[in-house]
Amino acid sequence: MAKKTETKLDFGSKWDYSAAPESADHASIKEEYGLFIDGKFVKAEGGKKFASVSPSSEKHIAYFAEASDKDVDKAVKAARKAYNEVWSIMPPKERAKYIYRIARLIQERAREFAVLESIDGGKPIRESRDVDVPIAANHFFYYAGWADKLEYAFPGKTAKPVGVAGQIIPWNFPLLMAAWKIAPALACGNTVVLKPAETTPLTAMKLAELIHDSGLPAGVVNIVTGAGATGAAIVNHPDVDKVAFTGSTGVGKIIQKAIAGTNKTATLELGGKAANIIFDDAPIDQAVEGIINGIFFNQGHVCCAGSRLFVQENVKDIVIKKLKDRLSTLIVGDPMDKNTDVGAINSKEQLNTINKYLKIGVEEGAEIYQPNCTLPKKGNWCKPTLFLEASQSHRIVQEEIFGPVLTIQTFRTIDEVIDKANNTPFGLSAGVWTDKGSKIFNLTSKLRAGVIWANTYNKFDPTSPFGGYKESGYGREGGLHGLLPYVKLS
Amino acid sequence: MTNSELITLKRPIDQVGVEERVARFQTRSIKNEAKNQGMKMVLSMIDLTTLEGKDTVGKVRQMCYKAAHLHDALPGLPTVAAVCVYPTHVATAVDALKGTGIKVASVATAFPSGNSSRAIKLADTKIAVDAGADEVDMVISRGEFLSGNYSFVFDEIAAIKEACGKARLKVILETGELSTLDNVRHASDIAMLAGADFIKTSTGKISPAATMPVTLVMLEAIRDFYYETGKMVGMKPAGGISKSKLALHNLVMVKETLGDAWLSNEWFRFGASSLANDVLMQLARQADGRYQGLDYFSKD
Repeated sequence: MAKKTETKLDFGSKWDYSAAPESADHASIKEEYGLFIDGKFVKAEGGKKFASVSPSSEKHIAYFAEASDKDVDKAVKAARKAYNEVWSIMPPKERAKYIYRIARLIQERAREFAVLESIDGGKPIRESRDVDVPIAANHFFYYAGWADKLEYAFPGKTAKPVGVAGQIIPWNFPLLMAAWKIAPALACGNTVVLKPAETTPLTAMKLAELIHDSGLPAGVVNIVTGAGATGAAIVNHPDVDKVAFTGSTGVGKIIQKAIAGTNKTATLELGGKAANIIFDDAPIDQAVEGIINGIFFNQGHVCCAGSRLFVQENVKDIVIKKLKDRLSTLIVGDPMDKNTDVGAINSKEQLNTINKYLKIGVEEGAEIYQPNCTLPKKGNWCKPTLFLEASQSHRIVQEEIFGPVLTIQTFRTIDEVIDKANNTPFGLSAGVWTDKGSKIFNLTSKLRAGVIWANTYNKFDPTSPFGGYKESGYGREGGLHGLLPYVKLS
Repeated sequence: MTNSELITLKRPIDQVGVEERVARFQTRSIKNEAKNQGMKMVLSMIDLTTLEGKDTVGKVRQMCYKAAHLHDALPGLPTVAAVCVYPTHVATAVDALKGTGIKVASVATAFPSGNSSRAIKLADTKIAVDAGADEVDMVISRGEFLSGNYSFVFDEIAAIKEACGKARLKVILETGELSTLDNVRHASDIAMLAGADFIKTSTGKISPAATMPVTLVMLEAIRDFYYETGKMVGMKPAGGISKSKLALHNLVMVKETLGDAWLSNEWFRFGASSLANDVLMQLARQADGRYQGLDYFSKD
């Protein structure tokens, strides 16, 4: 090329999209939600409650009961009774019908669930409508299918249920995580006490209403709301046989300690700091799109988010240029607008954490890049952010930020990038972008991560197992492997 | 450029990724004012086309009147960008469109197959240009491309470009015959390097024609060419776009891939014969709140 001109595309306002808000009129929200115990909605002991607030509009949504140790005890007792008297002895194909019915009901009420998920959690309606809710329904469909086929899942062995499962789920995919936890547990004949996160209890309580309507026998699924203390009460309850937790690595370690020396089993799905690796022979435009989806999907509140970008040094300039241009076209704002790409940060607390890391990154000398976009005045917002010139020793590269923040490092050779990608206490997921098949297989066998995507990212399917290496946890959810934590084999 | 130089231009395209990106564009919700503005933009970007064996002077004249008077019942509408005809009808169109500002485009180079000698293709181009065509829509030699003779394709485009003089050159890749997105990308790069002012998907005679994945790959090729050279190249999807919703999604794709500069009929066109009426029907509905019957819109 004779002369390198500085060319810039203009993603201006020549043709702006008009507001396209999804209507919330059809979704009903009660003033106050109780605990769902033994098939009934009941108040917490002493009537303690907490409020949930919309992270985008800051409007009060509803009050939720705060479950105490006594409430949790009631829920576990109800689950034990249902386990002994109904669920564990029901013919498997009958169990399947109930699970299938839950799946159908979620599909029927999909629009309502999508709207409520976006109001309570701040994620764009496009995502809750196209990802969270349909995949949640699919998990129930999928595991309904396994209920009477466990002898084929584990040939030559007899699969018996474990008992009462205590399940604690995070705030990033409230309904979807509830589905991931409840569906396989029920399919294998277990009963459940589930606690949603305190910032996003709405769709879990809507799911409780749906389960109530489905006619599932009382006590098979119990849902209790509350914060950390409620979760601790579930984990420490002596009659809980199995703990399933998705959340931070810090809490995962506490749970691990709490159940040490007991007969409880556990599956932990914890944090991540995934490497997304792009080689010079990759389809660059599609890779850039994959990087964007990998980190900005759900505001980066994704444990398997591709938060560390490794780009081969000889294509660094073009990749970064394209990333910056793509950032200019992301629409940040009202989660209820059908055109919104990046919604609100889930809570004030999480926004503070992200802002803390933005400050750390700048202090560490990484070069921060944010597009020119106007943020709404009210609510919790963070611009999509790139950190250029990041290095392996930066804290922003080592620690999980759980927000829309991508660090960018370069590499020269395959061995170097494998070393760097694995040089983290986490090991949940990774992405590889190259047109060369042999390179993909080489990397997938050497990267220490539970899920590795090739030429795509953030693909979830009920038939595919999901889970981590190292401090990203253990046990698998989804697929045939997702049955294992919920059965005793003999 | 030599054949071996042109071979090194090949870049991989991931079809699954392209289709996902397209699906994302299709989730954009275009309502109210944005819809009105978008549809007027679509009208102003149309190359109103008739390319039939049975074309006559009468047919071309009537279509030219439509081009300048899309729907007089609805004030404030733009005209289309151009009409597109065979070389033998260029003179008729030039005469009929005098004073309207509407351009005359002519297909050339043994359209639609492109199977003829270089001499005949150049002569064909000259007939169109001499008759007053503002734009020439040529076809590439797909057979030569698929047999790996990239320099033949490159040289031919360069020769036609020279024969065009001041007329702008649109290069039709006929993507429906190239079969893979990798080929679409490679042919786009060759055409732009050889001097194309526009790259265009299809003749309209082969199906599939202007699918969104194909158009996206070509827009991305234009973007890379602009990044590398600073030169803008136009894009024309042609064939198969007959509904306003699909046209709007194409505009969304242009806006989010190349930005505002390409949102103009200088750099983006729709090759279509029946799109205009569907857009007009939508615009009339936006204006008075109800759909009118098809017979309220003239068929020319």
